[in-house]
Amino acid sequence: MPSLGADMESAILMEWLVKEGDSVKKNQVVAEVETSKGVIEIEVFEDGIVDKLLVEPETECKVGMPLALIRSEGENVVKEEPKTESISEPREETSKVESAEKEPIVHEQKIVQEERVKISPAARKRAEELGVDLNKLTPKDGVIQLNQVEDASSSAVKAPLHVEKKEEVKSSPKDGMRQAIAAAMSRSNAEIPHYYLSTSINMTPSLAYLEELNKQRSIKDRILPVAMLIRAVVLSLVEVPELNGFWQENEHQISKEIHPGIAIALRKGGLITPALLDAQDMSLNDTMNSISDLITRTRSGKLRGSEMTKQTITITNLGDLGVESVYGVIYPPQLAVVGLGAIMDKPWAEGDALSVRKVLQATLAGDHRATDGRTGALFLDRLNKFLQNPEGLL
Amino acid sequence: MTKDEIKNVIIKQILEIAPDITADEIAADANIQRSLEIDSFDFLKILTALNEELEVEVPESDYSEVATLEKMADYFLKRL
Repeated sequence: MPSLGADMESAILMEWLVKEGDSVKKNQVVAEVETSKGVIEIEVFEDGIVDKLLVEPETECKVGMPLALIRSEGENVVKEEPKTESISEPREETSKVESAEKEPIVHEQKIVQEERVKISPAARKRAEELGVDLNKLTPKDGVIQLNQVEDASSSAVKAPLHVEKKEEVKSSPKDGMRQAIAAAMSRSNAEIPHYYLSTSINMTPSLAYLEELNKQRSIKDRILPVAMLIRAVVLSLVEVPELNGFWQENEHQISKEIHPGIAIALRKGGLITPALLDAQDMSLNDTMNSISDLITRTRSGKLRGSEMTKQTITITNLGDLGVESVYGVIYPPQLAVVGLGAIMDKPWAEGDALSVRKVLQATLAGDHRATDGRTGALFLDRLNKFLQNPEGLL
Repeated sequence: MTKDEIKNVIIKQILEIAPDITADEIAADANIQRSLEIDSFDFLKILTALNEELEVEVPESDYSEVATLEKMADYFLKRL
């Protein structure tokens, strides 16, 4: 079970979309899982053949739990009995459905290890009754005994409470989303020293250009200003890549791929920021169509796992609600949030002439551990330049 | 088509694009986008669907004339 967000503990496997013996390709959707953020499609990370489905539908699975065994084509069928050699070996032969994150792999190894440790049947039964985590026990002479489980149970009071909490989350997914947002935003505010920059952008040239473009198009092929803005943000990030990536383990990691998380508010409360994957490779038309598709799938709860986890920066656009400036909170471990306000008629001075122009407040919240105000200022300057020369955005 | 029939077509399309809205939330004189939190993408989808059903295309320059349910029904009535 991949982690589909920093705060996800578990999800329910709803349906397998492949069966044992099927061959699968990298990025193919193989299962649907239900999380606090709706139904998410899980992709496989390597080509291969589904050797074994380890989990029945409608099972709640912890993050890191193996869901299926997948072997490379041409490889022998893996024996069902876990091997007794070193832990890492089966991993080389059979790759599990897993996320690219490091954490789940660690969990997975623990589970694999547990299978290899002998546990007396009585100890296993008692552990279930008492809610003792067998992974945490050290076997004596290679075997976990009943008395060890009972000794551990006194210190494992937390375990049953934990289960209770998860069931609450399961019964009301909206609360789960609120909790996840609360945890991520608290962490952000506690850990990330934010800096904020704001600039006024004259949108009249871009909007005039778009209006001419849309006049020649049928209604279904129209481009919205938001798509043009997101395209301009992506092109600016190509020139100022320092804001696109992560701050992890006290290190500034710049991502080559630009996967902006687009903040999409849900009308009945909550917020999802799915990634617009590989936005750097999209034309203006592609950007428009992909965002439109992303919004539809977000609202209907049909996002892919990769769209939930790969965001390299966040773009928040609250212009539709008339907000002028957005001062964002960075979603860890990302490095920045770009805020786009409403496009409003404003007095605009140029030389000694005063006129009325369509004006947008673009803001940037940056992580001061990774970048300085200068980087943010460069980014906003590029953004402004792209929007003054809209033909370059096609 | 009468104005009421047009209104029903519009309401049907709004509910189709935004299934989390209920019909009684749609007030005749309220700004459709603001009052129902319909973003620009969903608004364009509603206009596209109405274009397919009523064969009237709303150019961007006329958006102020279709801001509310009442205005939108009038707009289409004149052009059918």
